[in-house]
Amino acid sequence: MRLPEPLRHTWAVASKDLLIEFRSRTAIISAAMFVVLVLLVFTFARDPTAVAAIDLAPSILWVTLTFAAVLALNRAFQLELENQALDGLLLAPIGRSSIYLGKLIANLLFVGTVELIGVPLLALFFNISVWPYAAPLALVIVLATVGFVSVGTLFSAMTVRTRVSELLLAVLVLPFMIPPLMWAARATGPLLAGRPLSDITGWLKMLAAYDIVFVGLALLLFPATVNE
Amino acid sequence: MRLLRAGRWITGIALLLLAGVYVRALAYTPMERMQGMAQKIFYLHVPAAIWAETAMILVGLASVFYLFLKDPRLDRFAAASAEVGTVFACVILTTGPIWGKPIWGTWWSWDARLTLTLFLFLLYMGYMLLRGAVSDPGERARFAAVLGICGMVLVPFIHFSVYMFRTLHPMPIVLKPSTPSLPPVMLATWLMSLGVFSLLYVGFVIQRYALSYLREQLEAAGEARNA
Repeated sequence: MRLPEPLRHTWAVASKDLLIEFRSRTAIISAAMFVVLVLLVFTFARDPTAVAAIDLAPSILWVTLTFAAVLALNRAFQLELENQALDGLLLAPIGRSSIYLGKLIANLLFVGTVELIGVPLLALFFNISVWPYAAPLALVIVLATVGFVSVGTLFSAMTVRTRVSELLLAVLVLPFMIPPLMWAARATGPLLAGRPLSDITGWLKMLAAYDIVFVGLALLLFPATVNE
Repeated sequence: MRLLRAGRWITGIALLLLAGVYVRALAYTPMERMQGMAQKIFYLHVPAAIWAETAMILVGLASVFYLFLKDPRLDRFAAASAEVGTVFACVILTTGPIWGKPIWGTWWSWDARLTLTLFLFLLYMGYMLLRGAVSDPGERARFAAVLGICGMVLVPFIHFSVYMFRTLHPMPIVLKPSTPSLPPVMLATWLMSLGVFSLLYVGFVIQRYALSYLREQLEAAGEARNA
């Protein structure tokens, strides 16, 4: 069975980005190292006798993932700057939304990989049991990640063509990341403390609503960031 | 330029009226029994808050229409509205703590409404930083419009999450579905203040709009001479 055309285009863009990533592996390894180092910073900046690890774990998790995501988001359109690759991509006979979705998927897989490395390390370093809550925790992480990566991908298409791209992206995207981040952190706390899933459905609904609205909005707005 | 002069006049009149509102609020409006003098800040704080939020919505709407119509006037208006919104957000963020210290006993609390205002301020700052970082006028307008629309959509999200937190902030007493529970004298002063702030918004926006128009003319003239 062949997929409908826009989906194939989307996958073509995403797999192109992922292939570049897989061939060089510098970005993913740097991002993974970054996560390890941020977790180490937290380990040593914390007084283990004063604050219990379980109380701090949700904050550490979300601060680390936020910073890793902000750094990772720049990459998607940075790739297209060299040799005017973006012009080539725009000239290709594919829809703008396919380009955006492709970039979004590549970014999600990239950030997801970083998160897959970060969460077990958090459990290891801070001696927190994550395994019994793996499925709901994964749900929270996926919902939050889709939300802020969708906004970040849209913004990075704009900021790469400015003078201070890395810094500007962080300044623009963080106000948009904080609400989902806050809901996710509020959901992670009860989850790791072994509370039932019904305690956090309110936060999950907010996250899902945010995802739907901002993915849809980004799809509508993306053409305005690349069209001349 | 006529528009600039009109903007200056409106702003001047609004500032005079603002002094009038001060006098009325301080001398001719009765003291609130529980909060005393601190309550007077309400007459500045709430109108500024209303206009800071409205300005964001207007930025978003102007951005939506800009993306459809590509009319540079809409972009100029959005930029002007964002700048004025920033000023009003600063007014809220400074008057709020001054009231909070005697009444709550703390300058700042991570209360939902305070957080919302802070976000509004951060969105405005980001919007203006993005405008400053892009040199091509067309690109600047498109990018700013995208950010403006996203900002407008983000505000209700923060608003909703407001109701999921406990809040210290006084609930709205004027803009609520039932009749305002404010004594008529206080309501009159407040409404005057709201009128004055609306006038201030209009005056500031007209001035900023006219200035950015003049700047574009200058830039175009400079480019024509260099060419």
